[in-house]
Amino acid sequence: MADSGEATASGGTPRRDFLNLVTASFAAVGVGAIAWPFINSMQPARDVLAMASTDVDLAPIAVGQAVTVMWRGKPIFVRSRTAQEIEAARAVPLNDLKDPQTDQARIQRDPWLVVVGICTHLGCVPLGQKPTDPRGPYGGWFCPCHGSAYDTSGRIRQGPAPLNLAVPPYAFTSDTKIRIG
Amino acid sequence: MLRTSLKALAILGGLLAAAPAARAAEGEIHIPNQGFSFQGPFGVYDRASAQRGFQVYSQVCSACHAMHLMSYRNLRDLGLTEQQVAAIASQVTVQDGPNDEGQMYERPGRPTDRFRSPFPNPEAARAANNGALPPDLSVIAKAREGGANYIYALLTGYGDPPADVHIAEGMHYNAYFPGHQIAMARPLNPDQVEFADHTPATVENMARDVATFLQWAAEPELELRHSMGIKIIIFLVILAGLAYAVKRKIWANAH
Amino acid sequence: MASGLHDSDIPNPVLRWIDQRMPIFTMMQKEYGSFPTPRNFNYFWNFGALAMVNLMIMIATGIFLAMHYTPHSSMAFDSVERIMRDVNFGWLLRYVHANGASMFFIVVYIHIWRGMYYGSYKAPRELLWMLGVVIFLLMMATAFMGYVLPWGQMSFWGATVITNLFSAFPLVGEWIVTLLWGGFSVDNATLNRFFSLHYLLPFVIVGVVFLHIVALHITGSNNPLGIEPKGPQDTLPFHPYYTAKDSFGLVIYFIVFAGLVFFAPNYLGHPDNYIPANPLVTPAHIVPEWYFLPFYAILRAVPDKLGGVLMMFGSILVWFVLPWLDRSPVRSMRFRPIARICFLLWTVSFLVLLYCGGKPPEEPYVTISRIAAAYYFAYFLVILPLLSRIEKPLPLPESISRAVLGGGPLPAGAAAKPMEKA
Repeated sequence: MADSGEATASGGTPRRDFLNLVTASFAAVGVGAIAWPFINSMQPARDVLAMASTDVDLAPIAVGQAVTVMWRGKPIFVRSRTAQEIEAARAVPLNDLKDPQTDQARIQRDPWLVVVGICTHLGCVPLGQKPTDPRGPYGGWFCPCHGSAYDTSGRIRQGPAPLNLAVPPYAFTSDTKIRIG
Repeated sequence: MLRTSLKALAILGGLLAAAPAARAAEGEIHIPNQGFSFQGPFGVYDRASAQRGFQVYSQVCSACHAMHLMSYRNLRDLGLTEQQVAAIASQVTVQDGPNDEGQMYERPGRPTDRFRSPFPNPEAARAANNGALPPDLSVIAKAREGGANYIYALLTGYGDPPADVHIAEGMHYNAYFPGHQIAMARPLNPDQVEFADHTPATVENMARDVATFLQWAAEPELELRHSMGIKIIIFLVILAGLAYAVKRKIWANAH
Repeated sequence: MASGLHDSDIPNPVLRWIDQRMPIFTMMQKEYGSFPTPRNFNYFWNFGALAMVNLMIMIATGIFLAMHYTPHSSMAFDSVERIMRDVNFGWLLRYVHANGASMFFIVVYIHIWRGMYYGSYKAPRELLWMLGVVIFLLMMATAFMGYVLPWGQMSFWGATVITNLFSAFPLVGEWIVTLLWGGFSVDNATLNRFFSLHYLLPFVIVGVVFLHIVALHITGSNNPLGIEPKGPQDTLPFHPYYTAKDSFGLVIYFIVFAGLVFFAPNYLGHPDNYIPANPLVTPAHIVPEWYFLPFYAILRAVPDKLGGVLMMFGSILVWFVLPWLDRSPVRSMRFRPIARICFLLWTVSFLVLLYCGGKPPEEPYVTISRIAAAYYFAYFLVILPLLSRIEKPLPLPESISRAVLGGGPLPAGAAAKPMEKA
C-alpha cells in the first residue's frame, strides 16, 4: 500500500501531480476571469463614453475676444484671434518649440482657436481669457501655478509644462457654430 | 453519501421550486407561450423583428408611452447604422438649456439623447388619457408576469366581452389584462404601419415585433448573458470533474 | 530564540520574518492546515465554507455596485437601470448581487438544517449556535434593507409593511417607526439610511463570523455521528482533505449560482419591483423575497397585530434557546428515531410556511399556515423537551473510526495532531 497510499497533495506519482496541476490551472483561470468584470466596471460607462458634446456659437465672439465653455467637465478656451496674434503664431520657427507643432495644424478655420484650458504641467487653468488677465511673455496664456507660458497658438514656450494646450475634437456645424466632441 | 447528497439536493430543489411557486398567480389567466426566439437558455434576438417593433413603438405607442431609460444610441445594438440612428434622433425635437439668456430651448435630437417622452410629467399624461397613466415601457417586459408573452397576449387580446361581463365607461375588454378591463383602447389595427421589409402588418405580426422590441429594451444584455453563461457552465462542469477527481485521489485511503 | 519573537516553523525566510512578529502563518497552518477535523463529514458540512465565500462575493459585488448607485428616491431606480445598461458588466454585478442574496439564504438554511439534524447546537457548542443565530438575524436585516434600495414597488411597499409592524409595540411603537422612517412615511430619508446601514451590516457580519469560527475552533466540529473524536484515528487534517472536498463543493455551488445568474436572473424575484415605487398605488399582493416567506406566513397566521409580530420574532428567537430545550445527550438524529421523524416534519412545516407565505391571505392558506406554525413552535417548545426525557435512542457507535473504517490501523499519511480536549 506504500505507493498508492500517498495522501498529501504534493509529491506522489507524476500522473497525480498532473491532475493537480490541471485542476489548479483551471481554477486559476476561473479566478482571473472573475476579476475582470469588477475592474472593467470601473472603466467609463457606455453613457459616459457616448461622446458628450457641447455646441458653441462663435458669432458673438468679437475678434480679439475669448470665451470659456465646459466640455466633459473641462474648460475649453475659444479665442477669436487678431491678425497680429495669428501672424505671431505663424512666424515662430518649429525649432523654438518644446512641442513642435505648426499653427495651421492646430486650427480649422481662422480666426478661431479652440484649445483645452488645462495646463499640461499639473492641470491648473491658465490665465488669459479675461481682458484683465496676464497673458504671459508670449501673448497667449500664462499659468500662475508654476509659470508655464503659452503663445497665441496655445503652444508651450516657457516653463515646466511639457506639451502644447490640447486641441479637442470639434467640427463646424455651420459657418459660425462648432460642436466640440 | 449518496443518500445525504440526495437529501441536500431535495432540500435545495424544494427551496428553489417552492420560491416562485409560492408567489400568488395573478388571477387564473393563462398566458399562451409564443415561442419567441429569445426564450430559453440559447435564446437570441431576432433583430429584424426588433427593428420592426421599434417602428411600431415609434409610430403607434410613443404617442402615449415613454421609454425614458432608452437612448437613441442604444438602437445601434439592433443593427441600425450610425447614420440611421442620427436620422431617427434628429427627427424629434428635445428640450435643452438653459442657454446664455437663461431660457430653455428646443433642438433636434441627437443619438445621446434619451427617447423623447410624449408628456412632460405623469400629470400631463393622465390629463390626456382620461386619468389613466400609460406606463413607461423601458422595462415593461420584466415588470409584468409573463413578459413578452403577456405583452403579445395583451395586444392581441382585445375583443367583445362575454355576455355576463360589464365594462365600465371608457374601459375596454381585454382577455389577458388582470381584471379584464383596460383603459387603453385597442392600439394595433391591421396595416397601421408599413414595414420596409414588406412584412405584412397584421395585428399578430406587429404585436410579435413590438413584444420582441420591448423585451430587447428591457434586457439588452440577454444574448451576452446567455453566451457567457454557456461558456461558464461548461467550464465549471469540467472543473467540477477535475476537482472531484482530485478529491477522490486525496481521500483514496481515508474511507 | 530572541525574546519578543514568536518561535516560528515557517520554512520560507520572508514569511518566517513576518510570522515571528505576527504569527499569522502559524495560525493559518494550525487552524486551516493541520486542524484535526472529524473524518466522517458528509457534504452537509460544506455549507459553512460556502456561506463564507458567498459573503465575500456579496461584499465585493456590493462595493462595486455602490460606485454607481444613487441612494436618492428620485434617482435610485434609474441609477440601478443605468448599472444594468451602461456600466460595463453592470448587469452581471447586479444579478450576482441579487441572486447571491438568494444563494446566501439557501446555503445558510441548509447549514442551519445540518446543525439542527446533527445536534450541533448542543453542549459544548451552544455559543457557536447562538452566534450563528445572530449572523442569521443580521443577514435578514441586511437583505431587507438591500431590497429597498432599487426603489421599486415591492421595495417601497415591503419597507412600508415591515416597518409598520413596529407600531404594534405598545407605548414606543410609533416612536420607533418614525425613527426608522426619518419622517412620516417611507421616503427618501428612509432610503438613505437603509443604504448606509446596508453597507455597514455586512462588515458586522464578518466580525460575528470571525467569532463564530473562533468558537468552532475551540470545541472542534461536530460530525454526522454526533460523537466526539477520541483521538487522531478519528480525525484528518483539514488540509488537504477538506480543502479538496470544499473546493469541489464550491464548484457545484458556482454551477447552481451561474445557472440562476445567467439563465434565470429574475426567477426568484418579483416583476413588480421593476415598477418604480409609487406611494399612491399599492400592489395587489405585497410579498417579501422568498427567504422571508416562512416568517411572513407566521406573522399573518396570528389575527392580532402585536401577536403576529411577537410570534414572527419569536420564531427565530426560539432558536437561541434550542440548546436548553433539547436536553437529549444524543446529538445526531440518526440515533434518535422519533426525534428524527418529528424534525423532518418540522422541515416540512417550514417549507409549508414558505409556500403559504407567498399566497394571498385567504383560505385554505390561512388555516394551513396556522397548523404549520403551531407545529413549528410545538416542535421546539413541547416535542423536543418531551423527547429529551422519554425517547430511547439507538445505540451509538464506539467511535468515529470504528464506524467509518471498521477499526484497524491508521492509513499511511493520515496523521493529525491529537485533539485538544474540549
